[in-house]
Amino acid sequence: MEFFRIHKDIPFMRHALTFNVISLVTFVLAVVFLFTKGLHLSVEFTGGTLIETHYAQTADLEKVRNALGKAGFSDYAVQNFGSSQDVMIRLPLKSEQNSNQIGEAVMKALEADAPGSELRRVEFVGPQVGKELAENGAMALLLVIIGIVIYLAFRFEWRFSVSAIIANLHDVVIILGFFAFFQWEFSLSVLAAILAVLGYSVNESVVVFDRVRETFKSKRGLSTPEVLDHAITSTISRTIITHGCTQMMVLSMLVFGGETLHYFAMALTIGICFGIYSSVLVASPLVMWLGVSREQFIKPKKVIEGANEDGAVV
Amino acid sequence: MNRYPLWKYITVAIALVLGFVYTLPNFFGESPAVQVSSAKATIKVDDKARSRVEDALKTAGITHDGMQLDFNGVKTRFKDTDTQLKAKDVLEKAFNPDASDPQYVVALNLLAASPQWLTSLHALPMYLGLDLRGGVHFLLQVDMKGALTKRLDSTSADLRTVLRDKNLRHAGVNREGDRLVVKFRDQETRDKARNAIADSQPDLILTEQADGSEFKLVATLKPEAQKRIGEFAIKQNITTLHNRINELGVAEPVIQQQGTDRIVVQLPGVQDTAKAKDILGRTATLEIRMVDDSPGALEAALAGNAPFGTEVYNERGGQPLLVKKQVVLTGDRLTDAQPGFDSQTQEAAVHLTLDSAGARIFKDVTRENVNKRMAILLIEKGKGEVVTAPVIRTEIGGGRVQISGRMTTSEANDTALLLRAGSLAAPMDIVEERTIGPSLGADNIQKGFHSTLWGFAAIALFMIVYYQVFGVVSVLALGANLLFLIALLSLLQATLTLPGIAAIALALGMAIDSNVLINERVREELRNGMPPQAAISEGYERAFGTILDSNVTTLIVGLMLLIFGSGPVRGFAVVHCLGILTSIFSSVVVSRALINLIYGRQKKLAKVAIGQLWKPGTATVNGQK
Repeated sequence: MEFFRIHKDIPFMRHALTFNVISLVTFVLAVVFLFTKGLHLSVEFTGGTLIETHYAQTADLEKVRNALGKAGFSDYAVQNFGSSQDVMIRLPLKSEQNSNQIGEAVMKALEADAPGSELRRVEFVGPQVGKELAENGAMALLLVIIGIVIYLAFRFEWRFSVSAIIANLHDVVIILGFFAFFQWEFSLSVLAAILAVLGYSVNESVVVFDRVRETFKSKRGLSTPEVLDHAITSTISRTIITHGCTQMMVLSMLVFGGETLHYFAMALTIGICFGIYSSVLVASPLVMWLGVSREQFIKPKKVIEGANEDGAVV
Repeated sequence: MNRYPLWKYITVAIALVLGFVYTLPNFFGESPAVQVSSAKATIKVDDKARSRVEDALKTAGITHDGMQLDFNGVKTRFKDTDTQLKAKDVLEKAFNPDASDPQYVVALNLLAASPQWLTSLHALPMYLGLDLRGGVHFLLQVDMKGALTKRLDSTSADLRTVLRDKNLRHAGVNREGDRLVVKFRDQETRDKARNAIADSQPDLILTEQADGSEFKLVATLKPEAQKRIGEFAIKQNITTLHNRINELGVAEPVIQQQGTDRIVVQLPGVQDTAKAKDILGRTATLEIRMVDDSPGALEAALAGNAPFGTEVYNERGGQPLLVKKQVVLTGDRLTDAQPGFDSQTQEAAVHLTLDSAGARIFKDVTRENVNKRMAILLIEKGKGEVVTAPVIRTEIGGGRVQISGRMTTSEANDTALLLRAGSLAAPMDIVEERTIGPSLGADNIQKGFHSTLWGFAAIALFMIVYYQVFGVVSVLALGANLLFLIALLSLLQATLTLPGIAAIALALGMAIDSNVLINERVREELRNGMPPQAAISEGYERAFGTILDSNVTTLIVGLMLLIFGSGPVRGFAVVHCLGILTSIFSSVVVSRALINLIYGRQKKLAKVAIGQLWKPGTATVNGQK
C-alpha cells in the first residue's frame, strides 16, 4: 500500500502567501476570542472547590441546586460530568468561609435534600496556590520557547529556529482560541497537552528543516523555493502517517479516556491538526522570507562523510 | 552489511529480559495485607516483631500467604479481606494491649501479589498515585509568622525568669507585634538587664528606647534566628504530622516538605477524610496561664474593657473567665499525655508529664500562687478554651499534672492524643486538597488502560497493513518501548497518575514517528533504486539524525514541565521524559536489531516486505528492484 504517489515536487512555496494569510486570519480570530471571551479557567488556577458526586440513578440537578442554596452556598455551578449520574459542583473561593470544610458541608447538604450521592472527588485549591500554578505555567511556556530557540539555532541556524517558534507559537494561540470560543475548561492537564503539542510540532518542523538542509547540500542548481518544495514533498507522507498514528492514539483517549482526559485529548487533537499545517506550510515560507540560502550550509570541508562498506558516498 | 555485532544483540536481549522482569509484578495484582509498623521513634520493628506477628497469628489459627519485613514494618499477606480483617483485630490486640497508648500502628494495606523472587529483585508494581488508588492529598501552608509569634511569647516568659533570677525589677514584659518590649524604671537596671538578656538570649537584637519617664528595652529576633525558627517550625510540624498520622493507622503515608513553607500530605486509601482532616488540621496546643480573680475585673472585661494584660476565655460549660495573657507554660514542655480517670472523683481526666524545665517552672508558679486559680487552656485554630481552672492548693512538684473537668472519656482520649502527638510549632492551613474515592480511582485505571490499549491496537493494525514486515517490526519495537517504559516506572517507583497514563499513550503515539521516519526513508532509498540491503542501512543512518533532533526538542518540553509543573502536570512530565528516552532506544536499536535478524544475513537480498512501492513514472513494483 502506498498512499502518496507524487510525480513531481508540489509547488507549496507558490502559495506561501495564501497559507500565511489563512494562518494569520485564524490567529487574529483566536486572539480576538481570547480577549473577548477569555479562558474558562479550572479551579486549579482560580482557586475554589470542585466536588464530584455519583448518583445510583439519574441525578436531579435542580434538587442538588436547591440543596446547595438551602445550605447557604452562593455562586455555585452544578452540572453533569460525563454521564447523567455524575454531578460536578463548583464553588468559588470565599474568604470568610472556612474553606477546607466546604467538602463536608456540601455532602451534608446533599444528604439532607438530594440523598443517595456518593462522593467521588473533592478538589480544593487556595488562592495562593492557584496564582502560583498560573505563574509556573507561564514560566514553563516561556522557558520551553527559549530552550527550543536555542537548540534549533545551535543545530540549524537562527532563521530556522525563529520560523519554527513563530509557526508553533501560533498553534498554541489557536488552541487557546478554541478553548476561549467554546468555553471549554482550561485545566493544568490542558496546559500540559499544549506544551506537549508545542514540542511535537516543533519536532515536525525539525523533520522538514532536516530535509531542507540535506537538499541544500546534496542537490545543486535548485532555487530556494524549489529546495523547500522538494523537502516538504519528500517528507509529506511521513508527516501525514505519523500524525495519523498519533491522532489514532489521541482519538482513543477521546473515546475511552472519560471526562478527565476529554479536554486533554481535545487540545491534542487541535494541536496535531494545526501543527501539521503550521509547521510545514507556515514555518517553511518564513524560513524562505528570512532569506535562507545554500551558502549558509556549505562548509569548506574536504572530508567525505557517510562513506560505508559498499563505498557508496553520499 | 546489516549485521549487528553480537554484543549489540546481547544488549537488546538483556534489556528486553530486564524490561520483562520489572514489568511482571504489575500483572499479579494486589492481595490484602496487614502492616505492623512502629508508632514511636523509640520502637523499632525488627525480626522480633516479625516472630511476634507469626506467633499471634498462629495462636489465633489464621494462616497467611507470606510475610516480609522492610523499612515500613512487617507486612503479612492474606488470601481474602475477611481473613485480613480478622488478622488485623488479632494483631491489634497482640501489639497494642493498651488501646489508649498504641505502641504500634496496625493498618490494612494492599501488597503486590507477585512471587517472592520478584520482590527480592526489587521488582515492584508501579506506584499508583492517589487519583488511581483513591485517598486524600493535602497541601498545607505553614504560617511562619505564627511560628515567630509563638517563639516571642515563650521568649518573653524566659525574659521574666532571667530578670527575676538576677533580681532586676522591671515594669512589664510585653509583646508588641513582632518585638518584645521590656520596661524599666531607671537606666541602671536597664543596663544591667541588657547585659543579662544579651548573655542568655543570643538570638535577640536589643535596642534601647526612652519614652518619657520609662526606660524601654526593645528586643527583636535576628534574621538568621527567624530563618532558623522557620526551618525548625516546618520540621517540627512534619514530625507532629507523622505522629498524628501514625495514630490514624495509614499504611503508606507521604509527608514531605515542598518549597520553604509547605507540606504535602498524602494518605492513600483513606476514606474517612473528615476524620483525617480533623486530626491533621487541629493545631491544639496547651497553655497554662493564671486566672485574674480580682473583684470586678471580669465584669469590666465583659463590658468591653478588660484590665491590661488579660483576656476573656470561656470555660467548658460556658462561663467566661478572665485569664492573664502571660503564658506560664506551653505544650512544648510536655513529654507525655495519657487519658485516664481522676482517682477521687472518677471523672475522665488527662494525665500530663512535664519535662524537667517545665516541672521546675510549674513548681515555682504553684508555690508563688497558692490559693489562686490557674487556667489550663487548649488552643485550637486560634480559638482557646479553658479546659479546667483549678485552685492551687499546694506547691506541685515532680512535673505530673492532671487535667480534669467536664470531659467525657472520648474527649479525654482525643485531647490526650492531640497533646501527645505534639503541638504544631506553627499553625497550618490547607491550601489545596484532593480527595479521590476508590471507585473513581478504579474507573480512572480502566479508562487509561482502555485508551492505551485501543490506541495501540489501531496503530499496530495500520502499521502492519501499510508497512508489512517493517510494520510488524515497528509494532514490536513499539511494544518493547511500552515494556521498557513500564519497567522503568516500576523500577523507579515513580508515581503513576491518570495524566501519567495519558502520557504513556501519547508517548506511544509519538514514538511511532521514529519508525515511520525510518520506514519512509527506507522506501525512499528503494524508490531511488538502491539495493535493499543498502537501502535499509541508509534509511536507518539518515533517519537517525532527524529522530535525535526531533526528540531533543520534545525532551526540552518534558524537562520544563518537570521543573515547573506540579500535581497532574508533573505526573505527565515524568512519564513523558522517560517515554522519549525509551523510544529512542526501542525505535532505533531494537527495531534495527530485529530487521538485521530478519534480513541482515541474506547476502543476495532481492526484496524486502515494506509494503507496495510506487515509483514515479514506472509501473508499480513490489519492493523489487
